[in-house]
Amino acid sequence: MKQRIRMVVNGEPCEVYAEAGATLLEVLRDDLGLTGTKRGCGSGECGACTVILDGRAVNSCLTLAVRARGKSVLTIEGLANGPELHPIQEAFLEHGGLQCGFCTPGMIMSAKALLDENPNPTEEEVKAGIAGNLCRCTGYVKIVESILAAAEKMRQQASVP
Amino acid sequence: MEAQEFSVVGKRVPKYDGLAKVTGRAVYADDIRLPQMLFGKILRSPHPHARIVSIDTSKAKALPGVKAVITGADTNKKGFGYGKDRMPLKVDKVRCVGDEVAAVAAVDERTAQEAVKLIHVEYEPLPAVFDPLEAMRPGAPLVHENVQNNISMVWPFSDGDVDAAFQAADVIVEDEFRTQYIHACSMETHVCVARFEPNGDLTVWAPVQFPQIYRRDLAELVGLHWAKLKLIQTTIGGGFGAKIDLEPIDAITVLLARKTGRPVKIVYSREEEFVGARPRQPTIMRLRLGATKDGKLLARDVHIVSDNGAYNAWGSHGMMVSMMTAVSLYRVEANRFLGQVVYTNKPYGGAVRGFGNPEITFALESQMDILAEKLGMDPLELRMKNANQPGDITPQKVKVTSCGLSECMEEAAKRIGWENRKNLPPGRGVGLATLLHVGGGARIYRSDGCGAVVKVDEAGGVTVISGSTELGQGGDTVQAQIAAEVLGVPIEDVTVVNSDSSIKLWDVGSHASRATFIAGNAVRLAATKAKEQLLSVAAKKLEARAEDLESRDGKVFVKGSPDRFLTVGQVVRYGLLRVGGDVIVGSHFYDPPTEDFDSSFRGNVTAALAFGCQAVEVEVDRETGSIDIKKIVAAHDLGRALNPMLAEGQIEGGVSMGIGFGITENMIVQDGVIKNASLVDYKIPTVADMPVVEPVLVETVDPEGPFGAKGLGECPTVPTAAAIANAVYQATGVRIKDLPITQEKILKALRYRALAESPGSQVHEFGGPAGG
Repeated sequence: MKQRIRMVVNGEPCEVYAEAGATLLEVLRDDLGLTGTKRGCGSGECGACTVILDGRAVNSCLTLAVRARGKSVLTIEGLANGPELHPIQEAFLEHGGLQCGFCTPGMIMSAKALLDENPNPTEEEVKAGIAGNLCRCTGYVKIVESILAAAEKMRQQASVP
Repeated sequence: MEAQEFSVVGKRVPKYDGLAKVTGRAVYADDIRLPQMLFGKILRSPHPHARIVSIDTSKAKALPGVKAVITGADTNKKGFGYGKDRMPLKVDKVRCVGDEVAAVAAVDERTAQEAVKLIHVEYEPLPAVFDPLEAMRPGAPLVHENVQNNISMVWPFSDGDVDAAFQAADVIVEDEFRTQYIHACSMETHVCVARFEPNGDLTVWAPVQFPQIYRRDLAELVGLHWAKLKLIQTTIGGGFGAKIDLEPIDAITVLLARKTGRPVKIVYSREEEFVGARPRQPTIMRLRLGATKDGKLLARDVHIVSDNGAYNAWGSHGMMVSMMTAVSLYRVEANRFLGQVVYTNKPYGGAVRGFGNPEITFALESQMDILAEKLGMDPLELRMKNANQPGDITPQKVKVTSCGLSECMEEAAKRIGWENRKNLPPGRGVGLATLLHVGGGARIYRSDGCGAVVKVDEAGGVTVISGSTELGQGGDTVQAQIAAEVLGVPIEDVTVVNSDSSIKLWDVGSHASRATFIAGNAVRLAATKAKEQLLSVAAKKLEARAEDLESRDGKVFVKGSPDRFLTVGQVVRYGLLRVGGDVIVGSHFYDPPTEDFDSSFRGNVTAALAFGCQAVEVEVDRETGSIDIKKIVAAHDLGRALNPMLAEGQIEGGVSMGIGFGITENMIVQDGVIKNASLVDYKIPTVADMPVVEPVLVETVDPEGPFGAKGLGECPTVPTAAAIANAVYQATGVRIKDLPITQEKILKALRYRALAESPGSQVHEFGGPAGG
């Protein structure tokens, strides 16, 4: 029997009807058409499905959709403000933090969760923050550079009144 | 021309497709939803070798929501791939675990999954063979009945009198090396979406590296007239060679679409990706190398047995790449190579990044260090002494044009601190390894060309229609840069179109690291033609001679008088919007000035060779055997870095795959079954596994490459494992000759050596048994 799930996705209240066993990933992609979040493994090993649920980065493939009831979900589609990109997105573009792009939405969401909690991370802390996100293309070097650059930009923006 | 004179070539331009990717807008094949679309699932064989006695699909067909169930009986039983030795759905027998036997299309994935479980297949298991050496012996079970001794292909080469050269050698080393199954493991799994149109035409959406050949082969396989199949290449979430070509998933998707009359999508789960997508196949390599006492390489003899699995596929041709390195890396007077491609009842090989080169380079470059020690020579000096030089011609008659091998070795050695290597603390070691790879295309098919069209439109925009395929490596970006540079327009004004097979011109495909070189030249030459037209039209309006005009920043003007200009759009409109007007469009098919191999594997098959050297520093804990890679310097001769940021990205990513090959990755197959078909147990490097990586871009400015560029994509994966092995030897004194180099192997070897060195020991050999 389908469950009614009311939640806030990317700032918009929404309502879906999903099976009890449906994952948040399935609901986002199939019911809400938000295909930016990717399915890489379906078992929480690759991080491509990372979204932010009530402020915490989660693997949406391991999160039952019903767990998002009454909560707030942020996906990659909710990051930019219209044509204005989030500093993390800008940094990934400027510093070459992506190649095929499949891990990128999950990677950026993990980075956002990290920087929201820790605006001034060390390189080691950045690596810990994305330790659950696999990338096969980049070797992670420019991903870490991008996140550090984004952190600096965000700190600068925050300090401007 | 010096790099600083370029306006956009040589610059760190962000990826052309980057904006779509960082916003989640990029459409990958699994993102496609079509009206009435069904979901397909494949039933795979659990047996490594078995006769298919019967298939009962009745229960599956009866499940509500199931729209079609197909088996081999529903196909035309045609084979595809090299030797046409495999069918999309197997008919008589299965030859490996994972072989496709039946497929279902249903209204959703869960129903399709349930239905697959309801298909009952009766198998008669047959004796299976898993070891390639056993498979080659008389009496071994035959994987394909018509192939004697399971030896599918043989790749022989000989140049010079190898035996006499060994006779003349002062020092000879002989070693055996083994490499493991590696999985390409792109983050996007395999997907195919197919839809028949009302008039019988077929549209296929798939992340495929070879558009036009795939299109032809798929059409032929499903009995459709080739011209009626349109392929839309979706954004590829990593290919690495596993997505090159036609696979059973593609034909199966089409057959289900045909049977149901509805669009069908099949997506591989991650586990299925391990089982159903092409890996890098294991090898057993025996090398013999002979030199004079002062280190001149005289003779090299290489024998490789490729454990290629149940079918030929692309894996069967990796030997061609291994052969090139085996006979061409370094100047060696006499060379011999024998590659045997063997059938076994196991997962079968593909063309994973490097395609035979990482394997042979691991062996060859490990052995060079073994030889250096026996000669009492510095391993760097031994390599420098025998290095390929510009102007050389390899034993296969490939011309060495631009060549930065020596420079790469010098840079890598300098930056890793080679001079200081003997002063490192105990447990630390430094090693290096070089590479040679095709860098100017690879004529393995009748054509090695690529077509491009460059259109300059009335709005001043430029559209590049490229035959090439973007895998994530940055091909689109670099081609946009080339067009922008030639035409003198801002890069923001360039659009790249390359996903529709009915629009783009022919290209073999993105493989062999050829996209920048071949497509780049096609785009450069097409843009040059468009520019000639542009300047010819502008000349009339500006009342000047075309040769006195310049185009820069979107403006055309007489050289030296930039204030009197026309915008590119104005020029186009001037030439178009008039009686007898014309558009501005240039097209070019660039087929490199190379030749096919003859029957003895001689021929200048690539227009340029890429070279490189990686140097690695490791720290090995001699109590536990654990390896910590501290730093990798990767110096690559890429001709010219058209986009240094993307080139570094290829190097850093390639090195991470090289680290996987060297120490972390091993797809374990026992009795034909993959034991670690998940990302938890098949360990690709995570961010925590990466050392400091220092890419060094060595620019030799190739005469044929676009703006001097050569191929790079596969190169960074080629020498890493060998460099690590050499560093581990320097750190510990143990030589591991089978990959991956694991903590267990090092520990075992250290203990074995300790035993051998203890007083009264009966053990005489260091390093442990082969495969230890």
